[in-house]
Amino acid sequence: MRRIMVGVKRVVDYNVRVRVKPDNTGVITEGVKMSLNPFDEIALEEALRIKEKGLADEVLAVSIGVADTQQQLRTALAMGADRAILVQTDVAVPPLSLAKIFRQLIDKEQPILVLLGKQAIDDDNGQTPQMLAALWDRPQAVSCSKIEVADGKATVTREVDAGLEVLEVDLPAVLSVDLRLNEPRYVKLPDIMKAKKKPLDTLSLGDFGVPEAPVFKVVRVDPPPQRSKGVMVKDVAELVDALKKKGLV
Amino acid sequence: MSKILIVAEHDGARLNPSTSKCVSCAAKIAGASIDVLVLATDGAAVAAQAAAITGVGKVLVADNAANVEPLSAVLAPQVAKLAAGYTHVFGPSTTFGKDLMPRVAALLGVGQVSDISGVDGAHTFKRPIYAGNAVLTVEVPADAVVVATVRVASFEAAAQGGSAAIEKVDAGVALPSHTRFVSRSAATSNRPDLQTAARVIAGGRALGSADGFKIIYSLADKMGAAVGASRAAVDAGYVANDLQIGQTGKIIAPELYIGIGISGAIQHMTGIKDARTIVAINKDGEAPIFEAADLGLVGDLFALVPELEKQLG
Repeated sequence: MRRIMVGVKRVVDYNVRVRVKPDNTGVITEGVKMSLNPFDEIALEEALRIKEKGLADEVLAVSIGVADTQQQLRTALAMGADRAILVQTDVAVPPLSLAKIFRQLIDKEQPILVLLGKQAIDDDNGQTPQMLAALWDRPQAVSCSKIEVADGKATVTREVDAGLEVLEVDLPAVLSVDLRLNEPRYVKLPDIMKAKKKPLDTLSLGDFGVPEAPVFKVVRVDPPPQRSKGVMVKDVAELVDALKKKGLV
Repeated sequence: MSKILIVAEHDGARLNPSTSKCVSCAAKIAGASIDVLVLATDGAAVAAQAAAITGVGKVLVADNAANVEPLSAVLAPQVAKLAAGYTHVFGPSTTFGKDLMPRVAALLGVGQVSDISGVDGAHTFKRPIYAGNAVLTVEVPADAVVVATVRVASFEAAAQGGSAAIEKVDAGVALPSHTRFVSRSAATSNRPDLQTAARVIAGGRALGSADGFKIIYSLADKMGAAVGASRAAVDAGYVANDLQIGQTGKIIAPELYIGIGISGAIQHMTGIKDARTIVAINKDGEAPIFEAADLGLVGDLFALVPELEKQLG
């Protein structure tokens, strides 16, 4: 069985305007719309496309999160994942522990490829794929904008500061995906119905023996410093004057 | 006492300015000693540049033919080995450091602090979360090695004038061959580098086409500025991905940023909020970018931008 494992995370929807809690312990997530992390959705879409090309047999979606993460896994199943695993926990699991959990699941599931979003849009850590590749002692390619799988290898194009970089990696490998890789499909109603019958296994974080206590202590969370609104100028001449006064031109 | 190792970013010949910014970040930890590690095939030239950064105590050079391209799978085991005895290992939060440092952290069996934007102490750091909509202050256990990436836009480049000792080292670890470099298509441009330029002219979707972007290039050349773009302009194919500014692109901190036809989506604003002066030119007076702009001008950019270029004489 040529299996692709895709890591997905439940996050605050990217359209939500995030606000810091008045007691500075975090951000307000109660009553806020939650969604699949957009980068993970792209990872899942890519896995489905690889399968549809006949280069894989099964797409397995894995998430580590609260019980309600089942909603996001059902979305993943509706998009086309064949089955899903939820490692259930009530605590926020740090990236290194996430990587350790994925590592254990890899032993069991033996994927030919692991796809993850390049970062989650909540904590913006961008660590789990690289940490997993390290623990697994396998190749990593971060921020992929093109993936071609053939002959036990993947040729990937990565978005880097200098432009685009092409790497060839032996499989299995961990690839993290960037925004321009693909445009995820829309889920249709019949697919949502079908997804209800697909297997979704729930495991407990305790089964994995990773530390549950947070490694890093959250001291506080603050709103970012605000820039104050400046002045509107009426024409180009006034703009040039203002720039000259500031010594900028 | 903190003993900090900074992994140098370079292209084989030139040290990337991100390294000097990491030194500035490290120097904010009181009493820290700061060493720089250069992983290269022949790191002498890069090491000499690192040695000239004020505050650097020692430059370690690990020459190895395998280091010809910065492949994280190849570099990480060397960094992890050479990190022995250090309390902190820092890299820049550029695509180089973001790729490498988490792999290093996992090999060392510790977590990583991503994107340090402020230093409150040897183990307490500030970093942006939720695309910069919140700032997290996080404390790393005092007994753990601190592996971190440094948000380069948050720190000034360290001064030049140092003369650190340069020392050859050998990690002596087996390196994998499962990851191979194929090619890199770097946009060649005579314009200043977007990430380090003092002036940046950025264009958005309102430019309408790659052709429409010509007025941006023209103004940038007149001002000696770098060119950047919003994600929408990159997605639409007007310019290449390496010009993207924002949460998933480059984070910049120029003296002057001029955003033209850019509405100011939160993920773009994350990338420019450290600019000293923000100027916005947009036909929509309600565009969110005006909320953060020091100077705003509403109107038709295809008329205003050439006019601005002309009036700058």
